[in-house]
Amino acid sequence: MVKLTINHKSFEVEDGITIMEACEQANMPVPSLCYLKDLNEIGACRVCVVEVIGMERLVTACNNPVWNGMEILTNSPKVREARKTNVDLILSQHDCFCPTCIRNGNCKLQKIAFSLGIHQAGYQRDITTTPWPKDIPLIRDSGKCIKCMRCIQICDKVQSLHIWDVAKTGSRTTVSVSENRNILEAPCSFCGQCVTHCPTGALSARDDKEQLFAYDAPIADPDKVVVVSIAPAVRTAWAEESGLPREAATPGKLVAALRQMGFQYVFDTNYAADLTIMEEGSEFLERLSHKEDFDYPLFTSCCPGWVRFLKSQYPELTTCLSTAKSPQQMQGTIIKTYFAKVAGIQPENIYHVSIMPCMAKKAEADIPTINDSGAGKDVDLVLTTRELIRQCRSMNIDFSSLEEEEFDSPLGTGTGAGVIFGATGGVMEAALRSCYYLVTGKNADADAFKEIRGMDGWRESSIDINNTTIKTAVVNGLGNARKLIEALLKGEVQYDFVEVMACPGGCVGGGGQPIHLDEEETEDRREYLYSLDQNAPLRFSHENPEIQKTYEDFLEKPLSHLAHELLHTDHTAWTVPGTKKIKPE
Amino acid sequence: MSRLSIITKSKSQSIVEELYKDLERRIIASPPGLCPIDVSSSFLKLCHAQTCGKCVPCRIGLSQLEHLLEDVLNGDATLDTIPLIEKTARVIAETADCAIGFEAARMVLKGLEGFRDDYIEHITTGKCLCHLEQPVPCVALCPAGVDIPGYVALVSKERYQDAVSLIRKDNPFPVACAYVCEHPCEARCRRNMVDAPINIRGLKRFAVDHAGNVPVPKCSSPTGKKVAVIGGGPSGLSAAYYLQLMGHSVTVYEQRQKLGGMLYYGIPNYRLPKDLLDQDINAILSTGIQVRLNTSVGDEENQVSFDELRKEYDAIYLSIGAHTDKKLGIPGEEAKGVISAVSFLRDIGDGKLPDFTGKRVIVVGGGNVAMDATRSAIRLGAENVSVLYRRRKKDMTALPDEIEAAIAEGTEILELHAPKEIEQNADGQVTAMYADPKIIGLMDSAGRPRPGDLNCPPSRIPCDIVIVAIGQDIVYGPFEHAGLPIKRNTFQVKESSAVIGTDGIFAGGDCVTGPSTVIRAIATGKTAAANIDTYLGYHHIISSDIEIPPARLGDHPACGRVNMTERASQDRIKDFNLCEYGMSSEEAAQESRRCLRCDHFGYGVLKGGRVHEW
Repeated sequence: MVKLTINHKSFEVEDGITIMEACEQANMPVPSLCYLKDLNEIGACRVCVVEVIGMERLVTACNNPVWNGMEILTNSPKVREARKTNVDLILSQHDCFCPTCIRNGNCKLQKIAFSLGIHQAGYQRDITTTPWPKDIPLIRDSGKCIKCMRCIQICDKVQSLHIWDVAKTGSRTTVSVSENRNILEAPCSFCGQCVTHCPTGALSARDDKEQLFAYDAPIADPDKVVVVSIAPAVRTAWAEESGLPREAATPGKLVAALRQMGFQYVFDTNYAADLTIMEEGSEFLERLSHKEDFDYPLFTSCCPGWVRFLKSQYPELTTCLSTAKSPQQMQGTIIKTYFAKVAGIQPENIYHVSIMPCMAKKAEADIPTINDSGAGKDVDLVLTTRELIRQCRSMNIDFSSLEEEEFDSPLGTGTGAGVIFGATGGVMEAALRSCYYLVTGKNADADAFKEIRGMDGWRESSIDINNTTIKTAVVNGLGNARKLIEALLKGEVQYDFVEVMACPGGCVGGGGQPIHLDEEETEDRREYLYSLDQNAPLRFSHENPEIQKTYEDFLEKPLSHLAHELLHTDHTAWTVPGTKKIKPE
Repeated sequence: MSRLSIITKSKSQSIVEELYKDLERRIIASPPGLCPIDVSSSFLKLCHAQTCGKCVPCRIGLSQLEHLLEDVLNGDATLDTIPLIEKTARVIAETADCAIGFEAARMVLKGLEGFRDDYIEHITTGKCLCHLEQPVPCVALCPAGVDIPGYVALVSKERYQDAVSLIRKDNPFPVACAYVCEHPCEARCRRNMVDAPINIRGLKRFAVDHAGNVPVPKCSSPTGKKVAVIGGGPSGLSAAYYLQLMGHSVTVYEQRQKLGGMLYYGIPNYRLPKDLLDQDINAILSTGIQVRLNTSVGDEENQVSFDELRKEYDAIYLSIGAHTDKKLGIPGEEAKGVISAVSFLRDIGDGKLPDFTGKRVIVVGGGNVAMDATRSAIRLGAENVSVLYRRRKKDMTALPDEIEAAIAEGTEILELHAPKEIEQNADGQVTAMYADPKIIGLMDSAGRPRPGDLNCPPSRIPCDIVIVAIGQDIVYGPFEHAGLPIKRNTFQVKESSAVIGTDGIFAGGDCVTGPSTVIRAIATGKTAAANIDTYLGYHHIISSDIEIPPARLGDHPACGRVNMTERASQDRIKDFNLCEYGMSSEEAAQESRRCLRCDHFGYGVLKGGRVHEW
């Protein structure tokens, strides 16, 4: 323990902690801007400076440890002048037209400028603009970049993709796509972690709402049947900004909100999650019956960020991906085939919108070879959770008065197994629940495989089904995926089945989820999904009556000819920019 | 008003004078990797501030050049901007009335020639080819990439053993380098911006002097691969050390009776005592390297044939150094008493000390070898030793400290004298050197002034011994016969050190670079080791698990640099014992605390201030 004073009050704190942590504990927090715990402690913005008595120069609180006898001043006139001036300098190079900014009201710079009381800009404006393509899910507005370097660090340290880097030198130093590449040449996974960790509106996901909601868009077209599906992880985060507690913002109320927006059918992507389990699980069991033919495990394919990562970084392993489409794409295909048939609608007249916690899903829906319904794109439009929230806001939807409503059928029922797709380990657990049934003919306890749950980046387990041991691994975060693959390639580990989700924590922490300054909601969102599973009347994908009926009336059985045609895809049929060359043997 | 007045500096003027000095030091400390156009543009602004404003090209032209360069940097230029810059600069260079204008324009022209690619990249893609690769200037400038802030911090914590272990990750000669490294690391030390560079070599010396015996890391499990290293100098032994650590089985072939190459046979004991060099060599050999001393490789009967080695080993590293002397090519060179510096120093290394008592010695040359020969000759009892050099003292390539030490020991530097003829008596014994006086002249393309002829008779300098130290060559004959490519007297290699057009043969050190520094030789050995490992189909990692003390906050008030001191000159010339004193512990503590820790502060904290493994 070390003894120190903060603003003349004595404290005793743990040795080795930073000044910032000590001030936090003493309830005299120091404001910060670029700081991101464990990832970006670089003292670039110089906003968290404090005065240490005896030292002439000011000291950054984020990356300097306390020492015994330290006397810290967090609010001296010298500190306040420095802090305000540095923020004012940042503002001089920031496009401050806040009202039209996608992060208006949710911007760390805006918040700090306001809280410091900077109500007049003191410096000449000096904003740079750099062109950026508008047709990819990731959007960068260089005029809003404050060079905090968080995007670089997230992509390097968590996702290991090194898409961003510092570019140029001197006064023109900026953040840009690494290796002097254009973003269209870089193997970006579109995971969106840089977006959710950007303190300002410099990085954002492409906003596609107007494609649906404009006055001449499908929602206003009497000939169009506008259908929406919502992903598992959306229901855990959609009301975070509304003031409604998570538990009170039930999926039923979300259905009501979507009907208010004008959607004619509201479906649940949990249905397709269950369908994915039937297909992917069967594929896995089929593979397991001659597992000696495979050098590497079967990889899940529901996460498009991961699929892009694998295809660009380890193209030689692309064939290890399950051929099963992701739930989003299965949902899309089934809506424009089976549902169209059942409902008697021309598939061409259906406009299908998918609401996702994810940015990469926008790119997935655009994969040219992914559409099998024969009626244009299987998923016409992908909106993120954030776009959903923005639309609610723009339509003044009153969350507190929403009454629960039911999903539409036949794609409105999902099981607890489907809902946990939104969290790391969920796909694996759901698959094992059904694999156990498919092999043994009876259900295991729904919580039998709960050891797979957790937040660790790389988790392993061995499951025994009918005397066959299945070795599984679950990773989240692409950096962990890279570590796992490197270990696989070196022969250090061996698995039968591996689940990968690109975002830390899985889709609950997805790049399309609401952004909270300085708070990570991933853990709470995850717990909520598991509580939905716990309380679900059905917890096994194979028990979903709508799934059973879909096979009975339409698909026949998992891996049938039609299922292959509609629900599986060839991951090798398209390429990710910047794909590494396959090393010769 | 008086007719004349004494000029006194105004307060503002004296502050500006101080700022000039600050700026000079700041330019010295420029981090490597800056955008050359940005730097040119900034220089141009300074040049423009110097203009008196009389002439059009300088007053207006320089500001237009500034705008044009800014356009390039801001992405507002087109490819037509380049010829416009060129034309404007050319006209300023041709028409400005004084150097303020024409030299400023010349800088721009030089840039258009030297980094046109950067101009084009900025214009066509809006991007810059440059970025700071290695954020720590000292590490960036060390050819071997030694973790300097790391070991300086360890010295400040009195963790000398750890400092030595950390240095060995990139350089297996910590002791030799502590005594004789040319310390390119100090050149751009950021501390220059505050006062003066850290005495990095001095701190390394303090570490090795106080570390005691530091064991080397354990070798990786044996790979069964065999590597031959031809030449046991710093480059060869560095390669051998790392390859052996990687688990390969290395044999070093050394034609002389001692290992160390020029460290042993070129650098005199008074700079690098042999027993200290042995500490490095013993540590290197403790990894299990096999050594064949007195074994040379070549086509002669008593030599090992190169082809045999090629058959026997999976890879070969050639590091034969540059050990033959260059000739003056003047009449009388064959006279008795004319000797080459290389063989002179080599004999001393082998313990064969000639007696120069009462002899008058002339050393020809201006490099470090010339200084070593000079100072050795003094120690051998010469009556006087003169250094003959055709340029000026300030143009000498020897380290300034070495020149100063030689002068302190009584040497006279005969600047601007080029050897013309050696006079000999009837016995063929040297009696005098005739040397042509020279005038210093125009700069050559490398920026060194050429000596020109003066219309006056040669000087006759009576002498008994002439030591020729005008450069060294390599003995490449047998290797050329074996088909290795030679160009300008050096082996031709790729970036990886692989000899062009061969398979499994690598080369480095002086035989590739020409006579160069120890640390460059070590760096080539390290590079070759990594690439030989890859060639053999492995990817062994060399790393260190030494924990580096965290950077300490401080205000860093300006503080003088601790320089090394030497034994009194009248005392040290009597023997070949070490001249230089190490730092005291107070000095080492103060000096190590001056380090600004660029591995942490500034760019270091963003990009990680160190390379943990290679």
